[in-house]
Amino acid sequence: MRHIISLLMENEPGALSRVAGLFSARGYNIESLTVAPTEDPTLSRMTIVTSGSDDVIEQITKQLNKLIDVVKVVDLSEGEHIERELMLVKVRAVGKDREEMKRMADIFRGRIIDVTDKAYTIELTGTGSKLDAFLQAIERSAILETVRTGASGIARGERILKA
Amino acid sequence: MEMTGAEIVVRCLQEEKVDYVFGYPGGAVLYIYDELFKQDKVKHILVRHEQAALHAADGYARATEKVGVALVTSGPGVTNAVTGIATAYMDSIPMVVITGQVPTHAIGQDAFQECDTVGITRPCVKHNFLVKDVKDLATTIKKAFYIASTGRPGPVVVDIPKDVTTAKCEFHYPETISMRSYNPVVKGHAGQIRKAVQLILEAKRPMVYTGGGVILSNASELLTEFVRLLGFPCTNTLMGLGGFPATDPLFVGMLGMHGTYEANMAMQHCDVLVAIGARFDDRVIGNPKHFYNPERRIIHIDIDPSSISKRVKVDVPIVGNVRDVLEELLRLLKETRERPDPQALKAWWTQIELWRARDCLRYDRSSPIIKPQYVLEKLYEVTQGDAYVTSDVGQHQMWAAQFYKFDKPRRWINSGGLGTMGFGLPAAMGVQLAHPSATVVCVTGEASIQMCIQELSTCKQYRLPIKIVNLNNKYLGMVRQWQEFFHGNRYSESYMDALPDFVKLAESYGHVGMKIEKPGDVEGALREAFSMKDRLVFMDFITDQTENVFPMVPGGKGLSEMILV
Repeated sequence: MRHIISLLMENEPGALSRVAGLFSARGYNIESLTVAPTEDPTLSRMTIVTSGSDDVIEQITKQLNKLIDVVKVVDLSEGEHIERELMLVKVRAVGKDREEMKRMADIFRGRIIDVTDKAYTIELTGTGSKLDAFLQAIERSAILETVRTGASGIARGERILKA
Repeated sequence: MEMTGAEIVVRCLQEEKVDYVFGYPGGAVLYIYDELFKQDKVKHILVRHEQAALHAADGYARATEKVGVALVTSGPGVTNAVTGIATAYMDSIPMVVITGQVPTHAIGQDAFQECDTVGITRPCVKHNFLVKDVKDLATTIKKAFYIASTGRPGPVVVDIPKDVTTAKCEFHYPETISMRSYNPVVKGHAGQIRKAVQLILEAKRPMVYTGGGVILSNASELLTEFVRLLGFPCTNTLMGLGGFPATDPLFVGMLGMHGTYEANMAMQHCDVLVAIGARFDDRVIGNPKHFYNPERRIIHIDIDPSSISKRVKVDVPIVGNVRDVLEELLRLLKETRERPDPQALKAWWTQIELWRARDCLRYDRSSPIIKPQYVLEKLYEVTQGDAYVTSDVGQHQMWAAQFYKFDKPRRWINSGGLGTMGFGLPAAMGVQLAHPSATVVCVTGEASIQMCIQELSTCKQYRLPIKIVNLNNKYLGMVRQWQEFFHGNRYSESYMDALPDFVKLAESYGHVGMKIEKPGDVEGALREAFSMKDRLVFMDFITDQTENVFPMVPGGKGLSEMILV
């Protein structure tokens, strides 16, 4: 099953490789991993999307907790949560396709953030499946380039992850 | 007062009351060595290879309750040390390893003797640090000792660039350390402990299974009291030997791949299993699928939550220090008047005695060639069980575990988790330095000893009167055994041709060498060797080449699928 694990870690050099190394050494799967400092510059927050049986996920959270630099670990998929991913997509936009592409971006609540004679660059955020849906909705040959972040997640409601 | 980084390192070691540092000098650590030279509180032991420095510090830590300390230079010094670090990591041994690094401005430039120490050691340390600023040095070393020795112990590496050892700052050694991200649990959960007591009282076929955690937390007296109070059978893992007295009638022997028939059968068929500081390793329970038994309830006490329900699902998990949890369990058991059903317990012991009657450790005592088991039996008799025994890895290790009876903790010192050949001799050096007047024996084989045999030189330099028992069968014995069982007797590369003359070799280092070829000479040789209190004696026992370790649970099988003699 797909899980989204969120963790707080000391913002120190090598912190990311400790986490990545743990996953590769123990044969766990990383679907995506995003990381950035938090409002407290001494702390980094990571969101890891992974998959595995309940036993595997239990081991992953225990092993992450065992890392000395890790302050808190939570499996967001245990409760209600929100997740978002960012995609930048450069598409061909010439002639009548130009108008069509603008309409598609609007429907998906995307924003065109760069314009040239022949291309638009569109910014989209949402769950991974919404971003997938956008790519499917536009004509395949129009796609010049895509770049996506991994998912970032946060719990719904009052639940917070703090050091 | 301002101090250089090198002065700070040595001062920190003094503050931590470190007696011995095991190491090898090199360019990146020369300033630290210079500071070591100027003082005499911290003694340095010069080994002949960095791997041995780590094993010696490891042996020192296992035989005491202290943190072992090693000091090596950058690049090749560190890479040589990695095997020793991994060995300590797998067996949860508290160690601090100080490594030299090229100057900060040269890091990342592929400088001479540079390697990414933090990167290389990351998967086999409890934690590691690269100190880039001399102001962080003292606090980092304090943290290293704190992390290494608390919670589930383990090795911690502190990598120090050469320019940090010459930079200066005010010295301040923190008294205590608090880290928001590191707060190991000590006390077990009260509710879970009550559940455990209930389950123990309901047991009809109980079993106590304990490992290295009992020894690391200094809980063997409490364990002994606990087992005797209940009259339960007790087994130890390879790492746990000595945690419960081997001569006690409640002890059913070591369990696992080469465990006794009675221990393995009782493990498989018990209805309540109390696992204490042991982690259901593959060499212990074999294949978890075969170990599964729906009638069995498992209580698991371990300081490391990730060891609980890792290979085997448990019913009552208790995260905490073994010592604290056992204290609490004992208190509750003494409070309640209830005891497990004595009739059921009696019937269970009757069954165990039937298994025990199989005498699974028997061997041919009439052989004209020396049987390795016989050597170990005699070793136990001659030392009266009062020696510190280190071992290497292989058949000799298993025979030592089976035939030498350990009644006290910290007396059996071997590489259990990683299975490191070359561990025995350097570990014995650490043990002998920790206990100068104790009898220290290294049980080894002709293949294992050659992996760190250069340390005979270190033993000479520091006059370490270690007794080496070399069980020489001219084979990589355990490899040969597996080739015999599973590879159609194709002894691919397991034959050790071109062995040295160990007697001459020992003599060339200034030690005493003995070659023993007849069973009738075994006891006399041992007695003679152990009477030489101030000399290292290398005993080369020429043993039966065909002897195998029994019983054996083949890899991937269940505990009740043993090959017996």
